[in-house]
Amino acid sequence: MGRDVVIRAEGLGKNFIIGHQAERESYVALRDVIARNARNLWRTTTDVLKGRPSIEGDELEEFWALRDVSFEVERGEVVGVIGRNGAGKSTLLKVLSRITEPTEGRVEIRGRVASLLEVGTGFHPELTGRENIYLNGAVLGMTHGEIRRKFDEIIAFAEVERFLDTPVKRYSSGMYVRLAFAVAAHLEPEILIVDEVLAVGDAEFQKKCLGKMGEVAGEGRTVVFVSHNMGSVAQLCASAILLVKGRVDYVGSSTEVISRYTASGRRSPDAEGSNALYVRDSSHKVREGAILRATMLDRAGRPVSFVESDAPVTFRVTAVSVLDDAPLTIFIVLRDQLGRTLAKFESDPRRHPLAFEAGQASLECRIDNLPLLAGEYRFGVALAQSRSHIIDYQEDVATFSVLAAASDPRVAMSPWAEGSLAIRHDWVTPERGDLARPAAE
Amino acid sequence: MTTTTASDDRSSGAADARTRAAERVLVLEAGWAERHYWLDLWAYRELFAILAWRDLAVRYKQTVIGAAWAIIRPFLTMLIFTVIFGRLAKMPTEGHTPYPLLVFAGMLPWFLFSTILSDASASLVGNANLIGKVYFPRLIVPAATIAVALVDFAITFALMLLMMAYFHFMPDWRILFLPFFVLLAVLASLGPSLLMTALNVKYRDFRYVIPFVLQFGLYVSPVGFASKAVPEQWRLLYNLNPAVGVIDGFRWCLLGGQAHLYMPGFLASLGVVAIMLWVGVAYFRKTERTFADLL
Repeated sequence: MGRDVVIRAEGLGKNFIIGHQAERESYVALRDVIARNARNLWRTTTDVLKGRPSIEGDELEEFWALRDVSFEVERGEVVGVIGRNGAGKSTLLKVLSRITEPTEGRVEIRGRVASLLEVGTGFHPELTGRENIYLNGAVLGMTHGEIRRKFDEIIAFAEVERFLDTPVKRYSSGMYVRLAFAVAAHLEPEILIVDEVLAVGDAEFQKKCLGKMGEVAGEGRTVVFVSHNMGSVAQLCASAILLVKGRVDYVGSSTEVISRYTASGRRSPDAEGSNALYVRDSSHKVREGAILRATMLDRAGRPVSFVESDAPVTFRVTAVSVLDDAPLTIFIVLRDQLGRTLAKFESDPRRHPLAFEAGQASLECRIDNLPLLAGEYRFGVALAQSRSHIIDYQEDVATFSVLAAASDPRVAMSPWAEGSLAIRHDWVTPERGDLARPAAE
Repeated sequence: MTTTTASDDRSSGAADARTRAAERVLVLEAGWAERHYWLDLWAYRELFAILAWRDLAVRYKQTVIGAAWAIIRPFLTMLIFTVIFGRLAKMPTEGHTPYPLLVFAGMLPWFLFSTILSDASASLVGNANLIGKVYFPRLIVPAATIAVALVDFAITFALMLLMMAYFHFMPDWRILFLPFFVLLAVLASLGPSLLMTALNVKYRDFRYVIPFVLQFGLYVSPVGFASKAVPEQWRLLYNLNPAVGVIDGFRWCLLGGQAHLYMPGFLASLGVVAIMLWVGVAYFRKTERTFADLL
């Protein structure tokens, strides 16, 4: 009996029919056109009558957004669902939150479910903040009494007391999001299904979301969490499910699943290209010079899109220039999600000249241990001849994730950590003599 | 009732195995929603109330003269119809009812009917953002639009009472049957509305059908004239238009015995209303699962 499963999915599948336009013959006979149109008209009519969605196109193809998906989630577990775009994450979430029905298979869910695929669902711009709290709460499944009980808490969380009776169309976007999230944060379901809601809002807001979700998980609630942000999956979820092309590829601990996910990207032949932080669009013309490519490498020299907190990392930058005998410098700028600069690395052309071969040159910036907390960071890179002569500046061109260091407890890992820096530290209880000394002075 | 069960549900989250056994189990599989349809609809009645309230609040917030629309529109139409049908065409009235009252008694159900038809038909597409993001029985959305139409109806009805006072016209006991005919008007419009709103999800051209049908229907239905103007041998056929039965019913109960209810025709209208309601609900239920995929 031991295991207490609250979500059990068995052989879940969802298919869509998509239409293709058949290749057009080289010459088109009017007779064919009429025949085809008549056929399509007939099909459309029967579809309408039978209540089936009609499909455009001449050839129909089944497309399985999900297939044979089985998994179990236990009470109190926080599970991440990861996968590339089109892997079926959103479809799975929509099936779990009952928005669409599975084509085959079944899911059993025990307990009160709330799904949060968006913050502020149902908000009406003409209604006031107060009215929208009731509306949004009801849409998310709260009862009227429940909303009334939590009303004061919600407005305190959102910090919009003064604008409670103002239509939300007059709110700033920040206020709007705060209010929307405040309602969502006060849902108290037993099972919470969350989509990439963290993608909206600024970094502070994301932190607040993560903190709140951490609390939810701490209260023994079950959470299913879909995200592209490996940092937050690693931070929040103990286990994860990897979806590949609509099928479950792997289920395991979140660190295992994340490394498998990123490894799957590496297997492609053009590994460096596909995993690069930045690749120059070759259709743009190069004048004096340009940054061609920037890649982040892990300790084994493999291109990656995330690193662990406090781990060694290398940024490799490849540039092209016609000014190949001029002293050229490469800058790398790391910023946090609020756009605050955290570090700027600058190569010295006298010590590290760019060695051009066939017009291209690479330079690596090696960092022994990247002292950043888990989260998302922005990467920018530039090629310059001098401080006043910047040849190519790709500001904030890429985002990379830093995951919490699983191995080193000296680097802060709390989900409530604030700031950006992961500084190695220890806490020590001082000896008695040490304590006494300052008082004696 | 709802609040207590809901809070019981919630507190059991951290609770013991005894309550856990009684926990609600939700099964999601193809066709499951189908079997629990009406129960599910009942469970979401609070959301229905909130959506109806939202439609009302928004309706009167965005307009300058608000509720006055519910008076101006039928009043002007009544004036025009009285002049055209009563004065120029010299159509007969029912008994010795003043012609404006005859027209207005027909206008009441017609505007109720047409408001529901046009609002409900557009409702699913108008609430696409909700449908794609949260689950609830989709029937709630078109049904909630009825509330706005009923409030408009109440305002128009108050105008009707004022007009009766002006003409010193006294309705009799038959007016007690009014709620029944209001319900009939709602049901008569709900059937085609459900069909139209479901079709509108995939085929957006159906939204052009409704204004056309309504414009057409205003002249085809006995709004500006008494239905007894239709020759006897055609009346049964004429009653296949469900609006005819509803309008006749309204006149019967409002005009204090001046108008007679043509029973075979009224029953035919009832039959058509029932068939359309069944078709509408059936089609809606059949397609509702795919709404989220299509919107």
